[in-house]
Amino acid sequence: MHALLGENGAGKTTLMNVVYGLTHADEGEIRFDGRPVQVGGPLDAIRLGIGMVHQHFMLIPPLTVAENVVLGHETAERGVMDLQRARRDVSELAARYGLEVDPGARVADLSVGIQQRVEILKALYRGARLLVLDEPTAVLTPPEAERLFEVVHQLTGSGSAVIFITHKLAEVMAVADRITVMRRGNVVATTSPAESSPPELARLMVGRPVLLRVEKGAAHPGEPVLEVEQLTVEDDRHQAAVDGVSLEVRAGEIVGVAGVEGNGQDHLIEAILGLRHAREGRILLGARDITHDGTRRVLMAGVGHIPADRHSMGVIADLTVADNLVLSDYDRPPFARGIVRQLAAVLEHAKRVIRAFDIRAESPEQPLASLSGGNQQKVVVARELDSDPRLLVASQPTRGVDVGSIEFIHQQLVRRRDAGMAVLLVSSELDEILSLSDRVAVMYRGRVVAVLEGDQIDSDRIGLLMAGAAA
Amino acid sequence: MNGTLARSLSGRFLLPLFSVLLGLVAGAVAILLVGANPLDAYTALFQGAFTNRNGFTETLVATIPYVFLGLSVLIGFRAGLFNIGGQGQLLLGGIFSAFIGYRVAGLPAVLHVPLALLAGMLGGFLWGAIPGILKARTGAHEVITTIMLNYIAAGLLDFLVNRGPMSDPHRAIPQTPAILHSASLPIIVPGSRLHLGLFLAILAVPVIWFLLERTTIGFRIRVVGLNAEAARASGMSVAGTMVTVMGISGAVAGLAGAVEVLGVSGVLTPSLASGLAFDAIAVALLAGGNPIAILPSALLFGALRSGSSFMQLQTQVSTDLISVVQAAVIVFVAAPMLVRFIFRLRAGRAAPVSITKGGLGQTPPEEGVA
Repeated sequence: MHALLGENGAGKTTLMNVVYGLTHADEGEIRFDGRPVQVGGPLDAIRLGIGMVHQHFMLIPPLTVAENVVLGHETAERGVMDLQRARRDVSELAARYGLEVDPGARVADLSVGIQQRVEILKALYRGARLLVLDEPTAVLTPPEAERLFEVVHQLTGSGSAVIFITHKLAEVMAVADRITVMRRGNVVATTSPAESSPPELARLMVGRPVLLRVEKGAAHPGEPVLEVEQLTVEDDRHQAAVDGVSLEVRAGEIVGVAGVEGNGQDHLIEAILGLRHAREGRILLGARDITHDGTRRVLMAGVGHIPADRHSMGVIADLTVADNLVLSDYDRPPFARGIVRQLAAVLEHAKRVIRAFDIRAESPEQPLASLSGGNQQKVVVARELDSDPRLLVASQPTRGVDVGSIEFIHQQLVRRRDAGMAVLLVSSELDEILSLSDRVAVMYRGRVVAVLEGDQIDSDRIGLLMAGAAA
Repeated sequence: MNGTLARSLSGRFLLPLFSVLLGLVAGAVAILLVGANPLDAYTALFQGAFTNRNGFTETLVATIPYVFLGLSVLIGFRAGLFNIGGQGQLLLGGIFSAFIGYRVAGLPAVLHVPLALLAGMLGGFLWGAIPGILKARTGAHEVITTIMLNYIAAGLLDFLVNRGPMSDPHRAIPQTPAILHSASLPIIVPGSRLHLGLFLAILAVPVIWFLLERTTIGFRIRVVGLNAEAARASGMSVAGTMVTVMGISGAVAGLAGAVEVLGVSGVLTPSLASGLAFDAIAVALLAGGNPIAILPSALLFGALRSGSSFMQLQTQVSTDLISVVQAAVIVFVAAPMLVRFIFRLRAGRAAPVSITKGGLGQTPPEEGVA
C-alpha cells in the first residue's frame, strides 16, 4: 500500500487522474508492469488493470449493487441481461476479498461505507490489479475507515497494489507501506512510516515546520451564550433531521459537535442561523429568543458563521476579496451611506483585515477565486471574526484547507475562545474536534447521544458513539 | 507588443464586434440565397440608417426604446433572472402613462411630462414585480410567468382601447384619445421625430450603472445573482431582492413604453412597440452585462431597424433580413468558443493576431447569463 500524501492542490489527484487516463500528461511516461504504457482514457486504464475509486462515487443510486458493479461489462444472453449471473459473480468476488455486501440491495439504501465497497468491487470486477483510492476516508466513520483498511490489507496481501491518496497524517502512519509526499506538483520525498514521523511528514507537505497540536490552556467558561432547548428541525422531506436536541455553549468555551456527516449537524446549524425553521424547541442567544428570527437579525445579534461549504455558502468567487469581506455588512456604515456604497471604506477595511489575518492576496480588488483554497477560507474566517461576534458557529472550518492555514485557523479559534467568545464547532474530522473542543457533543441520527467533558473525550469512545453505539 | 492591449480589449470589445461581423456575414449568405447582392443591400441599409435625409434621426428614434429595454433585461441578468416580460411591462408602462397623458388636463408640461413618465414606470414596476413575487413565493420560473404576463398585458391593452374604458369614443379604430400637448415629449431636432426621450435614454445608462455598481441594492442584486445560497447565509433576503430586481427591471421597460407613447405615437394603440422587447434581449446579450455598452448595442439594433425599410425599397431584400442578422449575432455572442475558433483559424494563416486563449473566449465576469 502506497500512500500519496500532500496538501489540497499539491497535485495528488491530478497525478492519479493521469494514471487513470482522465487527464493527459504533457511530458513523461507511465510504466505499468515495467512496460511504458499509453493511457488514453479510463477504458485503457481498465484494460491495463488500473481501477480508481473517486472521492465522489460514480454509482447509480436506484440500481442494485450487482447492476452497478457489472455496469458497462454486462453479460447478456441475446441482448437480455443475465442478472442471475451478475449477482453470483458479485457475491463470489465479494466473498473472496471479504467485502461483505448484498448484491441485491439498492445502492441508494446503503450507507456511504458500503457504497465505497461497491466502488471497490466495481474496480475489482473489471480486473483491477492497481487500485487508486482518492481520499477514501473523508466520508467514513472511524470504524468504517478501520474496515476499509482491513479490506485494503487483504487486497495487498493477495497481490494487488493500492495507491491511497490522503492528507491525513495519522492514517498514513498507521496503514501505509510506503509514502510519497507531494508539494506544489512535485514529489518531495518517498519514505515509509518506519523512517518518518508525523511532524516530519507535515514539514514535507507544507515546506516548513508545523504545529500539529493546538496549544491551548484550560477553558474558563462564563455565562451561557447559546442555549438550544429540545430543538426539532425537519429536512426538506419533512423528516426530523434534528430530533429534540438540547445543547449549551458558554462564553469562553469551544463545544465540538462530532458526527458523521448527515446526522443532523447541518440542520442544527441552519436552524440556529435562521436559515431553516425550527419545528419545536427554542434557541436562545444570551437572554434573547432567536428561534424565529431571520438570518439577518441573528447575524446582527452577534453571531458569526463559518459555513461548511465555502463555495456554496461562504463566498462569492466572482467578487473581489474586499467585497467578500463585507458580505453581511455591506449596507451598514461605514461601508454604505444610505444606499450608496462607500468603496473607499470597503477597501480600507479589506487592507486592514488582509494584514491582520495574513491573507495572501496581491490586492484587495482581485477576484476571490484567484486565491488559494486556504486563503479563501481565511477570508471567511477573517470576515466572521473581525466583527467580534459573541457566538461563532464554525462548520468544517478547515475543510479543503492546507496544513499551514489549518494551524492558523485553529490558533484563531482558540485565541477568540480565550477572549470570551463562545464557539460551536461542527466537524467531521475527529482530530479537529479532539484538539479544539472543551466539550464534545456527539450527534447520531438527529440526536445528541452524548456530551463528553475533560478526560471523557476519547477518540475511540467518540468513534463508537458516532457509529451509533449506545453511550 | 500590442498583446496586452489586445488582451484587455478582447474580452469586452472584440467578441461582440466579431459577433456582429459574423452576423452580417450570415445575413449576406441569406441575401445571396434570395438572389440579391449583399453589398448593394448593406449599402442601402447603411444609407437608410445614417446618410439619408432623416436617416440618422430615425435611427436614434428607434434606438431610444432599445436602450431602456436593453437595460431592463440587463438588470435581470445581474440577479441571474431572465426577464423576457419586457413587452408586457412596456405595455403596462404605455397604458399608465397614456392614461395620465390624455386624462389629466391643466398641468404645465414640466409637471405633466414627469408625472406621465413616472406613471409609466409604476405600471412597468407592478407588472415586473408580479413574476418576482411568484418566483420568490412559489419558485415559479420567471421565464414562464413573464411570457404569460406578456399575453395578459396584450389582452388587457386590447380590452382597454378596443371600445373599452380607455378607447377614444370618436374614433372607429382602437386607440386612446390623443396625448395632451402638455404631456408630450418635445421634439429636439426640428423637422424630425427625434424627441426628448433620447436624453432620458442617455441619462438612464449612468443612472442604472450607478445603481448596479455603486449602491447597496446593486451589490445585493449581484450577490443574489452570483450565489443565492451565500446571499441567504449572509442575511440577505433573496426573495425580496428578486421582487426588487424584477420591479426595477419592469419599471425601466415601462419607461420605454411611456417614452414611445409620449414621444412617438402620441396615442396608445394595441400595436405599441411590438417586438421591440425581444430584440432588446439581443441588445443586452451583445452588451455583455455592461450598462455602458448598452448604448452602442442599442444603436446598432436601432440602425438595423431604421435602415431596413430603405434597403427593402432599394434592393427588394425583405426587412425580415435584419431578424436573420440579429439572430446570428445572438448565436455568436452566446457561443464565444465558436467565434474564437473561426477567427483563430484566420489568424493562423495571416499575421498572428493576439487572440489568446484566456482573452477572447472568456466571459466577462459581470455577465449574468449562464
